[in-house]
Amino acid sequence: MKINKIILSFISALAILISTSVVSFAKVVGDKIVLGAAISLTGKYSSNGVHTQNGYNLAVERINSMGGVKVGGKTYKFDIIYYDDESNPKRAAQLAERLISQDGVEFMLGPYSSGLTKAIAPVTEKYGVPMVEANGASRSLFTKGYKYLFAVLAPANLYLDVAIETAVELNGGKPVRIAQAFEQDAFSQDVRLGILDAAKRTGSEIIIDDKLPKELNDMAATLVKVKQMKPDVLVVSGHTKGALTAIRQIAEMKVDVPMLAMTHCDAAKLSKQHGKNSQYALCASQWHKSLTYKDKFFGTGMKYAKDFEKKFKYDPPYQSAESSAALLVFKDAFERANSFDKKKVRDALAATNMQTFYGNIKFAEGGQNVDKPMVLFQVMCDDSGKCENKVVAPLKWASAKLIHPIPKWSER
Amino acid sequence: MITVQACLDGILLGVLFALIAYGMALQWGVMNIINIAQGDLVILGGYIAYFMYLYGIHPAWGVIVSPFIMYFVGVGIYKLVINKVVDRDLFISILATFGISILFMQLMNFAFGADVVLANSGYGTTFLFDGNVVLPNSKIFSAVVSIVFAICLVIYMKKSKLGRAIRATAQNSRAAKILGVDTEKVYAATFGINAALCGVAGALISITFTIHPYMGLPYTIRSFMIVIVAGLGNLPGVAMSGMGLGVFEEFADYILGTEFRIGSVFLLLVLILVYRRFKLSRKREYLK
Repeated sequence: MKINKIILSFISALAILISTSVVSFAKVVGDKIVLGAAISLTGKYSSNGVHTQNGYNLAVERINSMGGVKVGGKTYKFDIIYYDDESNPKRAAQLAERLISQDGVEFMLGPYSSGLTKAIAPVTEKYGVPMVEANGASRSLFTKGYKYLFAVLAPANLYLDVAIETAVELNGGKPVRIAQAFEQDAFSQDVRLGILDAAKRTGSEIIIDDKLPKELNDMAATLVKVKQMKPDVLVVSGHTKGALTAIRQIAEMKVDVPMLAMTHCDAAKLSKQHGKNSQYALCASQWHKSLTYKDKFFGTGMKYAKDFEKKFKYDPPYQSAESSAALLVFKDAFERANSFDKKKVRDALAATNMQTFYGNIKFAEGGQNVDKPMVLFQVMCDDSGKCENKVVAPLKWASAKLIHPIPKWSER
Repeated sequence: MITVQACLDGILLGVLFALIAYGMALQWGVMNIINIAQGDLVILGGYIAYFMYLYGIHPAWGVIVSPFIMYFVGVGIYKLVINKVVDRDLFISILATFGISILFMQLMNFAFGADVVLANSGYGTTFLFDGNVVLPNSKIFSAVVSIVFAICLVIYMKKSKLGRAIRATAQNSRAAKILGVDTEKVYAATFGINAALCGVAGALISITFTIHPYMGLPYTIRSFMIVIVAGLGNLPGVAMSGMGLGVFEEFADYILGTEFRIGSVFLLLVLILVYRRFKLSRKREYLK
């Protein structure tokens, strides 16, 4: 009996020791700062999840090889614990809980997509764990009063309002007639709100306002309306499926519209999958490699794209670039806070004001980045059918002149 | 002109859906199995055409190659799983095919990645009425191929030995067995034919729309609805209800807006079911 008791108390003592030691060294292990991230490595977001992870990994490697993070006179290196959230918001929230309460992570990187970020944010907020995210753009993330959430990207409502402003400008400052079709998900509906704002601001009229169901991959009815009503601008947002479907059916139905603006063109590999049919489409992007922002870790966007391509054998989409930028923000905040105290790091993050290869980063009260405008690129093809994305707006970074109006199908 | 356009769009879409529903009705009638993995078989068929396209073969050949491969996939699924649930409760078969559906989704995601893809047929566009009505040739092609396959199947079911055996099994499997029909073989062939039809539809969908590992469910639901509306064992009814639903959907989209498209179809389904019940209860009263 006595021996049993001794064994039992020994085991419980060991259990307590192991559990406390995990917690105590998880945040900073030796010379390593451990960050946690739930990423979609399987499931429907897995392509973009991998882009996100590649972006994080490239930045970790670069920062570590260039001297790491200096805090309190000591040099630390970044390390990331990844879990696969299976593209499932519930799983993502569970994993965030696990990272924080079991693995003892005190600083988080965001997952891929607005939906999953929305699932994780309440958890990080509850534990007061600062999270820098790079792939959740939904406006609703920034209106909830979260104190520990910071997003390096511009919110979803700003994705396409540049397109409306540009259309009005090209129309001699006169209002335009807008047709829009948006998928019924948080992100696309936020993009829609942005268009509604822009329309109100410019006095433009919305003549078609369709909401596309998630399971739909046929836009023929919307396009018939567009053919009848002849709007000045057609705006489409429905992730990669929406972009691919729109381009296919616009080409097949020969829909002529002076301006076509959409999201997710590069994630959809629009020019690769559709070739010349995707020509003249205007696409909203958080980043493009030709932008002239600079930092000392990656140099310029072009240099980043080259390094990324060398390591991962494909051109970086903006999802990777913004993920890399999240690490640069963390490094900068740790060094300014000069501490691993969560509250101090949070305050340092809130005071961030820096330039990275990805763009300027400065957070508003809600946590969104307010110092980085969206860019619009246009798909341009040469005679041999080779297509390239060229930045056309804002004018400051334009590498090509916007082709407007889009030539009619009969003239192509 | 808009009416004509919406009608034609709806019919072309409906014919394609009818082909999928046709396979579902066949195996539902014969084996009493509701196949939740129907849509996933469609998507898998689509990937076969897509990979042919990637390797430089015109995706239209997919309508020949895909059913051929899918037939064996279907027979394989039958031998592995379905033969164990075929005489059991309907609920068990729904669970089993639901499991197959999840497995297929994950395997396709693992094998082909989560990107949305499509195969370009390069077919042009047909303009009618001075360009007021526009029909993509790829959609016309899908409709024609669907109709050809459906007609071939009807003839096959009527004339061939296996077709007659399938129909006999559907009417009364025990009697068929007693009369010397190898029902096990008939079941396997039926599931194979269903998978082959899904293969054709998938190849057509990769040409006309887009495919993605997780996009199967809407096709399952749509074909389920078409079969419910038409009634089991009513193959011409399946074709009619497929086209009817397609046209109804296009009009609902045009008049009410895209957001009500799917909802309106479900509303129609409910109305039809209520109407049927109403009719049945009246019949019962008459018998009293």
